Amino acid sequence: MSYLIEQTINGITLGGLYALVALGYTLVYGILLLINFAHSEMFMLGGYIGLLALKVLSDPGLADDLGFGFLEPVQAFFNSGTIGFILMLVVTFLVSGALVGVVGMITERFAYRPLRNAPRLAPLISAIGISIFLQNAVLLWVSSKQLPYSRADGSSFVPVKTAFTLFGVQVSTMQVLIIVTSITLLLALDTFIARTRVGRAMRATAQDRDAAGLMGVDVNRVIMLAFFIGPALGAVAGIFNGMYYGSIKYNMGFIPGVKSFTAAVIGGIGNLRGAMLGGFLLGIIESLASGFISHAYRDVIAFIVLIVVLIVRPGGLLGESVTEKV
Amino acid sequence: MEWATISRRATQGVGGIFANKRVLHAGLAVLIILIPLIFQAATGLGFLVRILVIVGIWILLALGLNIVVGYAGLLDLGYVAFYAMGAYAGVLLGQATADVLGGATYYVMLIPGAVAGAVTGLVLGFPVLRLRGDYLAIVTLGFGEIVRISLSNNILGLTNGAAGLPRGVEVMAAPFGMRWLQANVRFDTPLGDFVFSPNLYWYFVVLALIVISVVVINRLDDSRLGRAWAAMRENEVAAAACGVNIRTQKLWAFSIGALSGGVAGVTFANVQQFVSPESFIFMESVFVVCIVVLGGMGSIPGVIVGALVIRGIPDLIQGLAVAGVVKLSGTTLSSITNYRFLVFGLLMVIMMAFRPEGMIPSKRRARELHPDDDVLLVDGSQALEEVDDAGRTSDHGS
Repeated sequence: MSYLIEQTINGITLGGLYALVALGYTLVYGILLLINFAHSEMFMLGGYIGLLALKVLSDPGLADDLGFGFLEPVQAFFNSGTIGFILMLVVTFLVSGALVGVVGMITERFAYRPLRNAPRLAPLISAIGISIFLQNAVLLWVSSKQLPYSRADGSSFVPVKTAFTLFGVQVSTMQVLIIVTSITLLLALDTFIARTRVGRAMRATAQDRDAAGLMGVDVNRVIMLAFFIGPALGAVAGIFNGMYYGSIKYNMGFIPGVKSFTAAVIGGIGNLRGAMLGGFLLGIIESLASGFISHAYRDVIAFIVLIVVLIVRPGGLLGESVTEKV
Repeated sequence: MEWATISRRATQGVGGIFANKRVLHAGLAVLIILIPLIFQAATGLGFLVRILVIVGIWILLALGLNIVVGYAGLLDLGYVAFYAMGAYAGVLLGQATADVLGGATYYVMLIPGAVAGAVTGLVLGFPVLRLRGDYLAIVTLGFGEIVRISLSNNILGLTNGAAGLPRGVEVMAAPFGMRWLQANVRFDTPLGDFVFSPNLYWYFVVLALIVISVVVINRLDDSRLGRAWAAMRENEVAAAACGVNIRTQKLWAFSIGALSGGVAGVTFANVQQFVSPESFIFMESVFVVCIVVLGGMGSIPGVIVGALVIRGIPDLIQGLAVAGVVKLSGTTLSSITNYRFLVFGLLMVIMMAFRPEGMIPSKRRARELHPDDDVLLVDGSQALEEVDDAGRTSDHGS
C-alpha cells in the first residue's frame, strides 16, 4: 500500500513536469498546427541555464569571476535556509525562463515564420533541424558529459531533503516544490488565457488565424508570445528535472519531450487544460507501470499509450475531433 | 513562328541531352566499377572500399525511405525500426539455418529480412496510417523507440540485449565465393598488390542491390501505384475523390519502403558481422531523413548524392586522417566529426526555407514546392518536354 502511494506521488511529480512541457507543445500546436519538435531542447536549455544561474546565485567565488560580484549581499541570504532557497529558485526561474523564452522566439522568427504557408512537413523538418542544432551546440560548446546538478561543494541545492511523511511514505522537498509550482503555473496560465485581453487574442488566433488578423489582432505578436510562454515553462520544468534527478545532459530533452507531446495528445492537443490533465495522467500511468510492471519498459509503455490514444481517440480526452478542411 | 523556334530548339535540346546522357551513364558505370578496384589496388586505400560499402547500405536505406517520404509524402521518423527488424531477423534465422544453407545463408536471409521489414511496416501502418502527417511522424518515432528499447532489453531472450548478436565468438557464415575470391584473386598492379578483399565483395553485392532497387523504384514511380502516390501526396482529399484508395496506397508505400529497410538491415548485419541496438537509435532515423530531405525528396539521384555527401564525406575525412593520407591534428578531426550534426541541423532549417526541394530535386516535386513560379519562364525546352510527356516525368532516370 505504501508502495502504491509512493509511486503515485512520484507519478504526480513527473506529471507536473510533463504538464509544464506539454503546455508548450499545445500552445504552439493550437495556433500553428505545428509539432514544435525543438521544444524538448527548450527544456534542456532551461536545465543548463538554470544550473548556471543557480551556481552564480549561490557561489560567491564564481559570481565574482563572472562579474556578478555585486550579488554578494543577497547570496548570504539565498544560502541561509528555506526562504532564501525558494527566493533563489524564483530568481533562477525568472532569469532562465526569460532567456529560454527569447531563444524560443528566435527559433520562431527564423525557422518557422518563413515557412508559415509552406507544405505541412516543411516546418516539422525545420523543427527537427533546430533540435539537432541546439543539442549539438550544447554538446560542443558546453559539455558532452553528464553535469551534476549541485553546488560547488557537490551538495544539493535543496537545503532540506524530506518535507513530510504521509502514511509512512517520505515526500521529498523537491516533490512538494514541483507539484506546487507546476499547479500554480498551470492555474496562472489558464487564468491568463481565459481572462486577459492578450489571452483572448491568443484564443482568437488559435480559432482562426486570418479572421483574428482581420479583427485587429497582431497575429505575429501572438505567435511570438506563444513561443515565449511555452519555452519559458519548459525551462522551469528543465530546472526541476535537473534538481529532481541530480544531473543534466545535452540529450536529456528527447524522451521527456516525446512523452510530454504524448501528454498533450492524450488531453487533446490545442487544449490547455487537456495538456495539464494529460501530463498528470501520463506521469501517474508511467510511474505505476514502472513500479508494478517493468522499470526497463516504462518508456515503451508511455509510447504504447501514445499510439493507442492516437488510434482510438486522436482528438484526445478533452479535444474535439478536427475534420480536415477542404 | 516563335513557337516553332522554341519547339525546334527543344527537340534538338532533347536529342542532345539524350546522346550526352548515354555517354554520361556509360562513364558513370565504368567509374562505379573501377573506383573500388583502384582503391583496393592502391596500398593503404583499401579502407575507402569499406566506406563505400557502408555508404551503399545508406543509399539503400535512403531509397527505401524515399518511397515513404518522397513519393507518398508520409514522414517516417522511426525508419530504423524496419532496418533493425531486418537485421535481427536475418541474423537470428541465419544462425539457426547456417548449417544447412552454408554459403547461401546471406542471400537466403534477404528474404526473411525483407519480409520482417515489410510485415513490421504493415503491422505499424495498418492502424496508424489514417493519422494526419505530423501525428504519423510522432507515432513512427515512438514505434522506433519501442523497437530499440525492446532489443536492448533482450526481448524474449532472443536479442542478447545491448551486447548484440552474434553472441561472443560466434561468426556469421561467409557468403558464396567470398573466401575463394580472397584466396585466389591476387596480383600485382602498378599501384600495389591487388587482393579481392571481402569489402570489395560486399561492394559489388551492395551495388547490385542498389541497381535492383533503382530499377524497381523507377518502374514503381511510373506505374499506377506511383501516380496514385503523387496524387495522394499533392492532395489527399482530391485523390480520394478521384478513386485512389488512400489507405491501400499508403500501406503499399509503407511496406515497400520497410522492405527495402529490411534488406539493408540484413546486409548491414552481414557486412559488420555484428548487430547491436546502438546502430538503431533515433539519430540514425534522423540521419536517413536528412539524406532524403537534403538530397531531394522523390529524386533518386538526389538521395544517392545525399547519402554520398552526408554519410560519405565525414567518414572519408575521418578515414583519410586515420590512414595518415591527410595530416590533421586530433582536434581538427574531432571537431569535423562533432560539427557535422550541428551543420546538418542548420542545413535542414536553411534548406526548408530556401530550397525545400533538395540538392538534386525531382522536377515534379520542385514545382509542387514552388507553386508560384511560372514553369514556362524557367526554360522553354524543359517545359515543352514535360507537356509532351503529359504527366510522365523523365527526371527519375538512374
